Amino acid sequence: MDNDQTLIKATNLKKSFGDFVAVREISFTVEKGVCFGFLGPNGAGKTSTIKMIYGASPVTAGDLFVFGLDIKTQARAIKSRIGVCQQENTLDPDLNVLQNFEIFASYFNIDKKTAQDRTMELLHFFALEQRRNSKVAELSGGMVRRLIIARALINQPELLILDEPTIGLDPQSRHQVWDKLEALKEQGLTILLTTHYMDEAASLCDELVIMDNGTILAQGSPQALISKYTGHHIIEVTEPGPELIKYIQGKDVWQENLGHRLIIYAAEEHDLYRDLCSRFANKDCLLRSASLEDVFLILTGRELRE
Amino acid sequence: MKMDISWRFLRVWQRNLAVYRKNWLINFLLPFFSPLFYLVAFGISFSVFIVNIRYDANQVSYISFIAPAIIAINIMNNSFFENTYGSFVRMYYQKTFDAMMSTPLNAEEIITGEIIWGATKSLISSVIMLLVISFFGVVSYPAALLIIPVAFLGGIAFGAVGMCFTSMVKIIDLFSFPVFLFITPMFLFSGTFFPLTGLPVWAQQVALFLPLTHLVNVLRALNYGLFNADVLIGICYLVVFSLITIPIALFKMKRRLIK
Amino acid sequence: MKIDISWRFVRVWQRNLAVYRTSWKINFLPPFLEPLFYLIAFGVGFSGLIGNIRYGTTQVSYVSFIAPALVAINIMNNSFFESTYGSFVRMYYQKTFEAMMATPLNAEEIITGEIVWGATKAVIGTVIMLVVISFFGLVSYPVALLIIPVSFLGGIAFGAVGMCFTALVKTIDLFNLPVFLFVTPMFLFGGTFFPLAGLPVWAQQVALILPLTHLVNVVRALNYGLFNSDVVIGIVYLAVFSLLTMPFALSRMQRRLIK
Repeated sequence: MDNDQTLIKATNLKKSFGDFVAVREISFTVEKGVCFGFLGPNGAGKTSTIKMIYGASPVTAGDLFVFGLDIKTQARAIKSRIGVCQQENTLDPDLNVLQNFEIFASYFNIDKKTAQDRTMELLHFFALEQRRNSKVAELSGGMVRRLIIARALINQPELLILDEPTIGLDPQSRHQVWDKLEALKEQGLTILLTTHYMDEAASLCDELVIMDNGTILAQGSPQALISKYTGHHIIEVTEPGPELIKYIQGKDVWQENLGHRLIIYAAEEHDLYRDLCSRFANKDCLLRSASLEDVFLILTGRELRE
Repeated sequence: MKMDISWRFLRVWQRNLAVYRKNWLINFLLPFFSPLFYLVAFGISFSVFIVNIRYDANQVSYISFIAPAIIAINIMNNSFFENTYGSFVRMYYQKTFDAMMSTPLNAEEIITGEIIWGATKSLISSVIMLLVISFFGVVSYPAALLIIPVAFLGGIAFGAVGMCFTSMVKIIDLFSFPVFLFITPMFLFSGTFFPLTGLPVWAQQVALFLPLTHLVNVLRALNYGLFNADVLIGICYLVVFSLITIPIALFKMKRRLIK
Repeated sequence: MKIDISWRFVRVWQRNLAVYRTSWKINFLPPFLEPLFYLIAFGVGFSGLIGNIRYGTTQVSYVSFIAPALVAINIMNNSFFESTYGSFVRMYYQKTFEAMMATPLNAEEIITGEIVWGATKAVIGTVIMLVVISFFGLVSYPVALLIIPVSFLGGIAFGAVGMCFTALVKTIDLFNLPVFLFVTPMFLFGGTFFPLAGLPVWAQQVALILPLTHLVNVVRALNYGLFNSDVVIGIVYLAVFSLLTMPFALSRMQRRLIK
């Protein structure tokens, strides 16, 4: 076993459904106190991986240890120390908000008084106290999501797992959720999340893996990944003329010609931007910071997926 | 497949009870009018047209004949529909079971809690119905008090078989098949509204394979104050039926919930 | 509120037909067996217990008495449940109506299409039931052929009143109210399984205010080959009932769909 800062350790983890292999022997570790992300397109295997971690899906092959416990034999002990926020709305529509929390707390065998106290704390933290007697149907998408996250914290878990936490939310709600997750991280909570939103991964995650087709393509902090795969700055030229293209091709720079656009990576390593602007007076020549999206597209290709 | 059921199944039962208490007027009291109406319709108006029924060696009034059958039907409906449509909606549409499974609860405990909840609904409604038909003067106490534990047993039996179907249907519409091909025939042909002797012999023998027939037999006998062979055979049947359907339900539902 | 219905409502009808055809095995076969089972149960099982029934001035067999009632019940169930549960699921859960309203279809056309669809299901069910009970030799042709257009009228009546409830219920559970307090009493006390004469006088008068009673009267008379005052009164009642419920359904649903 590794040092006691390791919260999750997966070794050659595999998940298959019949003939279809969703997760192909991946290995990763998650340290305590970080926000760890699984980034990838739909069907990459993120949700399948996460479901193995919280014991909702049996491991096909490989090892998975959470808190040093084996998921295959000690799932119950693990589940009592984690909180899970599923992608779907799993709130009980038949109960109001307060009752949702109370009933959920009972699954962890938390006594009623403690449950009520913690519920009010959590509702306060997520700014939803006024909603404590509301029916679930009356709540907006953003409120539902915050409530599911809040509810997942009722047992004061050491690890919070979130599957696509802000999917389908408007920008305000997304930022509210991110703020709360940041605050939780500052309190020392370890967070695991899956997402296909690059900005979410970049802003929240300390460490992330990029997955596609069940394998890990890259791993590291957002900045490290950008540094390695695209450089920190990118020049993007829209509708490049043939002369510009020929000129760039003559230079020994990392580039990608996409027809309507020409992309030049790691622009911080050279002075090409000013050069291009003065030579070609091209108004559609843009210098910008590289993002995870660029890393992602480089790693996974640009064709439309099925 | 290893089954590991702890006391935690009670939490699932408690959750269902909490929801029930919120909606009891609409979801419990109202449907309760149905057996009441049936009793009045068949027991009072219809019986005008019927000569007395032969039960064993006696002639009995039609209303005393059908009252226990209506309780038995009520037991069947309560637990069967709770563990089919009720559980399916929780599982598939509301994703309630998904939420539960991320906590220390496991699949077997969820299913056990659901089945016991269905039986509890059967029990509660049977107690009330027994009170109601007492007003019609067709109940023989104290033997009839045994109907209450039998109601729970019947609830388990029908709940478990319902849960077997829930583990198999892909979409909610497919419940039409067990409802119209299993429940409805039993409702009509299990010695409920008319004695089994009204059926051709082959049909009587088929009826004796079906759970409602036995539940009706037991309740009817107990209601007349008799503790006879019918009662023993019926209870044995329901116990065996449950011992077969419960493991199947647990096994198949666990497989459905955990992929 | 202005009501503006064009031929476009047929598109809504066509959409429902398309869905029906893809899932006809599930949605059609099992519910069709139900009235068949009732016919057998009451025709065979009860025949030993009930003598002939007085109808008008003649004595008729019990099975010939209830067969047309089962047809009428089938008409009611088909159209009422389609325009309550069926339409509610489309409106509230599947958001089908929302999608339609983004096209040239308007709310009134959607509701009209839905009600006409419910009536269509009633007609289809009726035709098949008539064929089946003809095999029992219980149908007097050619007068009984009039049952088919009457089934459409009955389908409109029950579909429209169902739609009124759909316009009012907040959650799907609330349908329990009309089902248990309106449909079930009619099912039992509408002169269906026993003649109205079996009820106390006050109850008979209440029954004559209710739609199923009249539908049963008409279908029964036509089935016996009679075209009498029952038929005329019943048809007039159903027409008036529809003329009252349709506009209410249209305007309330319009209000519900367009906020």
